[in-house]
Amino acid sequence: MSENVDTTLAPRTTRPPASPISRLFESKQLGWIALAIALLIPLLIATPYSLNVMTTAAIFVLLASGLNIVVGYCGLLDLGYIAFMAVGAYTAGIIAKAFDLPLIFTIPAVIIMTVLAGLIIGAPTLRLRSDYLAIVTLGFGEITRITANNLSITGGPSGIFGIPGLLKIGDFDLQEPAVFYYVTVLVVAAFVLAAARLGKSRLGRAWRFVREDEDAAEAMGIHTYKVKLMAYIFGAVWGGFGGILFAAHLSAVSPQSFVFLQSALVLMAVVLGGMGNMRGVVIGALVISLLPELLRDLSTYRYLVFGLLLVVVMVFRPQGFWPARGYEPERMGDVSDRRLAKGTVR
Amino acid sequence: MAMLEFDNVAVYYGKVQALRGISLTVEEGEIVALLGNNGAGKTTTLSTASGLVKSHSGRVSFNGTDITKAMPWNVVGAGLIHVPEGRRIFSTMTVLENLLLGGYLVKDRALVAKRIATVYELLPLLAERSTQQGGTLSGGEQQMLAIGRALIAGPKMLMLDEPSMGLAPLIVARVMQVISEIRDQGTTVLLVEQNARAALKVTDRAYVIDGGTTTIEGRAVDLLGDSRIIDAYLGA
Repeated sequence: MSENVDTTLAPRTTRPPASPISRLFESKQLGWIALAIALLIPLLIATPYSLNVMTTAAIFVLLASGLNIVVGYCGLLDLGYIAFMAVGAYTAGIIAKAFDLPLIFTIPAVIIMTVLAGLIIGAPTLRLRSDYLAIVTLGFGEITRITANNLSITGGPSGIFGIPGLLKIGDFDLQEPAVFYYVTVLVVAAFVLAAARLGKSRLGRAWRFVREDEDAAEAMGIHTYKVKLMAYIFGAVWGGFGGILFAAHLSAVSPQSFVFLQSALVLMAVVLGGMGNMRGVVIGALVISLLPELLRDLSTYRYLVFGLLLVVVMVFRPQGFWPARGYEPERMGDVSDRRLAKGTVR
Repeated sequence: MAMLEFDNVAVYYGKVQALRGISLTVEEGEIVALLGNNGAGKTTTLSTASGLVKSHSGRVSFNGTDITKAMPWNVVGAGLIHVPEGRRIFSTMTVLENLLLGGYLVKDRALVAKRIATVYELLPLLAERSTQQGGTLSGGEQQMLAIGRALIAGPKMLMLDEPSMGLAPLIVARVMQVISEIRDQGTTVLLVEQNARAALKVTDRAYVIDGGTTTIEGRAVDLLGDSRIIDAYLGA
């Protein structure tokens, strides 16, 4: 009976008061602010070097947002994610070069190939759990790279070069560094937004339930296998688009770009940023891709410093800069159990 | 026709045989308890019905349909809902989000909203706590949430695994009261319990499972006076 409800106990919400920084982080406009900054930066520094670095960083953000669907949303540890980027980059490169097509026309083929790759890698492996899945994905990542290294269609160890640009209409060439940067930023922004939306959808909720407790999710009627496969396929397509941009950016693709370290760095961006939170992951990706460049003055020591900084962050903030849920719930005492028993509250 | 029927069901975990021929029936509108010690096969029996565990031989049917080989989502869709042992609520998600999971297979959002309102009426504490994270609830409240979540799926029959586990006696009584209210509202209940005394107070019939087979079956009132039950499960 609602009139019997004991209202003397204050609502037990334990969220700490919001600081200005966390208010900024929570703000709905943050994404637009970030996009505006990304679009305005070339007006300040537009050297070929800075455009190159920023374009690479934007592509890295796309990869991290894709891996976040797999690892962050669905909780599947994937150590071979870069394989999907390789599939996208090679598919785009081979088709564009063979038919002398602008890269933009390879998009349908890339989508088909990455979905297939997601199915081929995902279907047999997704019955495995955590550690086993991680080992198998690590293996698949290496298999993809080694296959590309040995096939003639992929150009072997030297790869494919002289890949046509994204699109050229008359004098207007999307390959112009500043223009390409803008194209990349807009494409990446669209994918990040789409991934964030996906996280809030019905499928996104299912991913979270699977991540938190797969058995309970299954007992409540979630087709866990299908849901996990969907996460894999979305992640693969995101990686494939990263591959197209990568191929366009460098106009060359070679196996050395898809070594395990690359998978590890993307994963690091997701973990560092905060698994499951797209905003955190974008920040993590920017840190991982830009920090080594900012540390360039330290020359050979820069990767040492980079590594130390990552260790320091993980020691002091193991949940990442900005995890999906800001705090762990505090377990409350059995006060309410007593109220339950008295029948004052049912 | 029985609502749920097990016909000589056997289950193996690897080489270990967990169920050695379970046969039981639950009629529509009943509350039936499965009693027995640790490791007797009670939980495996429920998991076999819900499709989480596959049987090696025998037949399980629900409302006349063979569900022996059905997948969990099909079983849930058919209206047989399993509330697993240990509550298994999602501790970082809010009470409302937990309830919404129950409606995952229900396409009609208005129906889900209506069922949530019904659950809030049955368990007002969940309404009061709807924006709180599941992990902040007490053990008893978490059990109510687990039951509430299952009700959102619109069960014809509810299978509850050890709802009294780890709860104080007064809370156990409250949980049993809720179970009997759920039955009164038209949902059949299959209840797995170690707490035989509490269970037999609200159930119509009970089976005792021992060593993976059903050994004793009877009306709850008779079993409360049965010397075999008193000695083994109720104490002096």
